[in-house]
Amino acid sequence: MSADINITNVSKSYNEVVALKNINLTIDNGELFGLIGPDGAGKTTLFRILTSLVLPTDGEVHIGELDVVKDYKKVRRNTGYMPGRFSLYSDLTVEENLNFYASIFNTSLKENYDLIKDIYIQIEPYKKRRAGDLSGGMKQKLALSCALIHSPQLIILDEPTTGVDAVSRMEFWELLKKMQKRGMTILVSTPYMDEAALCDRVALMQNGKLLAVDKPQNIVNSYKGSLFAVSANNMHSLLSDLEKLDNTKQVFRFGETIHITSNIESDNQYIEEVNKHLVSCGYNNISIKKTNPVIEDCFLALMDIETEDKDKAE
Amino acid sequence: MRTLLYILQKEFIQIFRDKSMLPLIFIVPVMQLLVLSYTATFEIKDVDLIVLDNDRTGTSRDLVVSFSGSPFYNFNGYAENFESAQQLIKTGDADQLLVIEPDFEKNLINENSGEIQLITDAINGNAASMMVAYAQSIIGDFNKNLIINLNPTQQIGIPIQIDALFWYNPELNYITYMVPGILVLLVTVIGMFLGSMNLVKEKEIGTIEQINVTPIKKYQFIAGKLIPFWIIANIDLAIGLLLAFLVFNIPVMGSVSLLFAVASIYLIGILSIGLVISTLTNTMQQAMFISWFFLVIFILMSGLFTPIESMPDWAQIINHANPVSYFIKINRMIMLKGSGFQDILDELIILTAFAVSLFSFSILRYRKTV
Repeated sequence: MSADINITNVSKSYNEVVALKNINLTIDNGELFGLIGPDGAGKTTLFRILTSLVLPTDGEVHIGELDVVKDYKKVRRNTGYMPGRFSLYSDLTVEENLNFYASIFNTSLKENYDLIKDIYIQIEPYKKRRAGDLSGGMKQKLALSCALIHSPQLIILDEPTTGVDAVSRMEFWELLKKMQKRGMTILVSTPYMDEAALCDRVALMQNGKLLAVDKPQNIVNSYKGSLFAVSANNMHSLLSDLEKLDNTKQVFRFGETIHITSNIESDNQYIEEVNKHLVSCGYNNISIKKTNPVIEDCFLALMDIETEDKDKAE
Repeated sequence: MRTLLYILQKEFIQIFRDKSMLPLIFIVPVMQLLVLSYTATFEIKDVDLIVLDNDRTGTSRDLVVSFSGSPFYNFNGYAENFESAQQLIKTGDADQLLVIEPDFEKNLINENSGEIQLITDAINGNAASMMVAYAQSIIGDFNKNLIINLNPTQQIGIPIQIDALFWYNPELNYITYMVPGILVLLVTVIGMFLGSMNLVKEKEIGTIEQINVTPIKKYQFIAGKLIPFWIIANIDLAIGLLLAFLVFNIPVMGSVSLLFAVASIYLIGILSIGLVISTLTNTMQQAMFISWFFLVIFILMSGLFTPIESMPDWAQIINHANPVSYFIKINRMIMLKGSGFQDILDELIILTAFAVSLFSFSILRYRKTV
């Protein structure tokens, strides 16, 4: 089975609540694709439709030749799914969980050991431990092993790195890269913007809509306008004072600085305006630097356009 | 088939690993049987009697003695006046008040009739009628002796003598009657609770989401949930039957294998009700509440504590849909009467219909989508 995914006009609503609005998306075979968006964006719903756990209200999804609604049995056999919430048996040991999931897919740990070796080797010392007693990072590795045990062509991971420490997160992404090298299509969602750069392509998602689908670098390159990082002695009130500025599109906290975007052509004129405003407010140690946007900036800019469009429509 | 075995293996590991589950499954039923069999009795012992004797003669004293000599009565002394007697009943210190009218003895001899009054605390109607029946039988015996004593020369006897024979339970022992019913009660509780808790637990913890994306078939998953508790409930029944024999000396008069065959069919029905509840609810709390609702209705209407025949017509009609009442009836027939396959066939067919339809419904209800 080839695992390219075609999502055509997919919508999903739960009674009154619209979770997905007319999603169109194509994911290529062997791609590491990231779905980036805040909580409630609709990432999990989209994944549940792909794994045939939820039926779309409208539209069609094809994985290779297979229709996820009609051919759900074959889809389930060829898809590995790791839900956002730890869904293995906490009262079974690491080994028992793996053996159980292997056996219901008619395979065995031995048979596919090679496939999960890289991950399993890290949790093997704890194989007699109950899954519920593992640390967060270990749990995620076990869940990934279980999702891979039947050698699927497509793996879908719903926020695998949420609540996992930074080191484990990096390790986890390295594992995903390894899986990709084996030819698997990997679909992963995350609320962490910094992880977007690790994907081949990403889709930015909000309120059930796709805001942008592209390579991370292209998304960054397509950023319109100039971005400035501002800092001063009193960071506490800086945000609200910057919001009072004219000619400013967006103001948001970004790490240790505050990012602002200008509305006017000339960068120098803008910096001068900002500086004047801050001096008049009584700030010292003012630093205003032009900076390169990252995914998060793009996302916030796109979100802003989205809300403006919505306001216009209303 | 192999998949089912793997699911069963997993279920059993989980059951035996749960430290609180195992004692619950095996010790609670034993406690239930031992405690309930002794306590769920209709016999009234130690009726607290007070007497207001306004006659104070030999005959009235004889009447009081025949009460205080009865094993069912506690003679709590004489009351001074009617008000104080009334007070004792009000406070619950006395259950029954016997008022002997003045000139009781004199009237008996002169007019061949004396008057007494019997006042019973009838808060519990059932108990009250039992107490009245006891009193009547004591007074009846007293009457008989009076007739003979007052007319020693004339051979006046009692025209009709009743000589009652009690079949299947000659000593009218309530335990004998209760034990088969309580055995049904305990397998029902085990089956329904464990059945309804199990699937919903997977939902609540979220493990169902991972299961649902596997190629496990519906019937395999449902059967995997049902079979372990089906086996456990049957083991509970075996323990219960053994205790009934060893502790209460109640052997199974009929065929033990027939009893287990019926129990197995019955349990499929009960476990399926549990599973249906499990598929309809989202949390263990909801499942628990709904199971209780059905259990209480099933059990109170089952004829375990009160005879079905004395229920109103509509209740008897509803009871046709109560699997518990069929199994209690069958169990009493097999255990006490030694009834065979032919005798229980009607009820067995109904139970089988219950089991088949409920099991099918539970498979239909379970969906592998969220």
